[in-house]
Amino acid sequence: MIKVENLSKTFGPKVAVNDVSFTLERGEILGFLGPNGAGKSTTMRMITGYIPPTAGVVKVGGNDVTEKPIEAKRLMGYLPESAPLYTDMTVEGFLGFCAEVRGIKGADKDKAIDRAIDMCFLKSVRHQSVDTLSKGFRHRTGFAQAIIHDPDILIMDEPTDGLDPNQKHEVRSLIRRMGQSKAIIFSTHILEEVEASCTRAIIIDQGKIVANGTPEELKAKSELANSYVVSINGTEASAVRESLGSVIQSAKVTIVTDKAPIVVARVFPKKAGADGELGQAIFDVAAQNNWKVNEIKKEEGRLDDVFRNITLSDNQVQ
Amino acid sequence: MNPILTITKRELGGFFNSPVAYVFLVIFLLMTGAFTFFIGQFFDRAQANLQPFFMWHPWLYLFLVPAVGMRLWSEERRLGTLELLLTMPISPWQSITGKFIASWGFLILALSLTFPIWWTVNDLGSPDNGAIFTGYIGSALMAGGYLAITSMTSALTRNQVISFILSVVICLSLVLCGWPPVTDPLAAYFPNWIVEGVAAFSVMPHFDRLQQGVIDSRDLIYFISLIGFPLFATSVIIRSLRS
Repeated sequence: MIKVENLSKTFGPKVAVNDVSFTLERGEILGFLGPNGAGKSTTMRMITGYIPPTAGVVKVGGNDVTEKPIEAKRLMGYLPESAPLYTDMTVEGFLGFCAEVRGIKGADKDKAIDRAIDMCFLKSVRHQSVDTLSKGFRHRTGFAQAIIHDPDILIMDEPTDGLDPNQKHEVRSLIRRMGQSKAIIFSTHILEEVEASCTRAIIIDQGKIVANGTPEELKAKSELANSYVVSINGTEASAVRESLGSVIQSAKVTIVTDKAPIVVARVFPKKAGADGELGQAIFDVAAQNNWKVNEIKKEEGRLDDVFRNITLSDNQVQ
Repeated sequence: MNPILTITKRELGGFFNSPVAYVFLVIFLLMTGAFTFFIGQFFDRAQANLQPFFMWHPWLYLFLVPAVGMRLWSEERRLGTLELLLTMPISPWQSITGKFIASWGFLILALSLTFPIWWTVNDLGSPDNGAIFTGYIGSALMAGGYLAITSMTSALTRNQVISFILSVVICLSLVLCGWPPVTDPLAAYFPNWIVEGVAAFSVMPHFDRLQQGVIDSRDLIYFISLIGFPLFATSVIIRSLRS
C-alpha cells in the first residue's frame, strides 16, 4: 500500500532524511522508532504529502504523492504531531468539517461522525468547544479526524504522546484493532508500545534506517538475547565463574552481582549453539556441583538495549 | 459539497462564532457614518451623490481589512492546523480561494449594510444610481485587493500583529503612491513617466473612475490583478513553507 523509495530530505545543509526505503502492506502495523530529531516526523510528512521530498518517491496505493497528491491523500488519514485542531469549533463541528473536506456528505457524514466519536470515546464532549478540551480529549479528537473517512492507510505521529496510562492503553488497543484491516505507521519513542502493538519496527537514526524487522527480530539483535541469568545461593563467585566458563556452549560468563551468600551470573551463548542447549548444560553443571539454584532465567533481549546500541554507536554519546 | 465551499463555510463559522464579526460590523458602520456625515460634510455639500461616503473607503479599509484578514493563515500556522489542511485531499488553491471568499464575502456583507446611506441620498435628491452602483463595486473590489494583500502577509508569519502591520504598510503605499500630495512633490524631481508609473500602482485613480460611474476595462484589470497576484504569492509562500 505504501512504497517509499530512496527518500531524502535536506533543509539547507542539514540532512533530515537520508535515502530511506521501505514498503508497507495492508494488515501491517509499522512502528517508527528513533531518537528525537532522527527524521521520523519529516519522513511521515513526506509520505502524507505535507512536505515535498528532496529526492526519492513515495507511492501510496500506487499514486505518486508528488504527482497525484489528491488521490494519494484521499487514501490516508493523518494525525500530525501534537494533534492540531481548529479551536473555535465544537468536536462535532470539527469532525463534520473534516468529513466534508473529504467529500463525505449528508447521512454518510452523520454516520462517519458517530462512528469516529464512538471509536475514540468522545461522546461526553461531542458538543463541547475544542479549546475547552483536556489534552487527552484533544488528542482523541485528532485521532477521530484521522479515521473519519475509514482510510486504508493511517499515519500517526506520536499518537500516545501526552496521554495518561489508561488512555495510552486505549489508543494502543485501537491501533491493534484497526491494524487488522489497514496499513498503519506510527512513530513513538516508547519501546513497550512497539512491542505491544507493532508487527514490524523500523529504527531510524540521523535520517537513516538502521534496523527494520519484527520486534522479535530486533530484540534478538540485543547482546543479551538468549543469555541465561543464574542466581545461586551459598557458592563463591570465582567457583561459579570457573564452572560455568568450562561449559562448551558458553561464550562468556559475567558476574552480575556478588552479595554473599547470593551470586548472580550471566552466561552468554556461543553463536552456533542450538536453542536450549546452553540451558541444559547450566542445569547439569549446577547438579554436579550441588549448587542451590534460586533462579534461572533466559533473556529474550531488550528492545531498549538494541535501540541504545544502534542509535548511540554513531555519535558516541554516553 | 465543493471543498472550496466547505472551507468558506468553516471560515465564516469561525467569524460568527466569535465576537470578531459583530464588533467589526458595528465599528465599520459607525465609522463610515461618522466619516460621511461629520468629516465629509454630507449635508452641507447639498449634492445628491455619495462622494463623501466613498472617499473615505481607501482609508477606512486600510485598517479594517487587515484586521479581518490577518488571521487567515497566521492562525493556521500558529495552531499547526496548516499541516492538517494541507494533508487533506484538496489543493492549496482551494484552501486559499475558500478562505479568501469567506473573508471577502464578510466584507461585502459589511459594505452592503451601509444601504441606508443610499436610501438617504435618494430621499433627499435624485442621484445617479448607476454611479453609486459602480462606486459600490469599486469599493468591494478595493476591499478584495487589500484582503488579498493581507492574505499574503498573513501567510508570511505566524504572528497576527506582524501580518496586520505589514499589510497596512503595503496597502498604505498603494493608496499614497497615487495621492496628489505625494505625487506632486515627486513630479518636481523625477521625469513624468516615473511619476506616472508609480501612480499607476495606486488604487485611487481606479477607484475614482468607478465612483464616477465609468467602467473601464483597465480599472477592472487593475483590481483583478490586485486580487490575483497576492493570492498567487500566497500559494507560493505556502508552498515554500513546506520545503
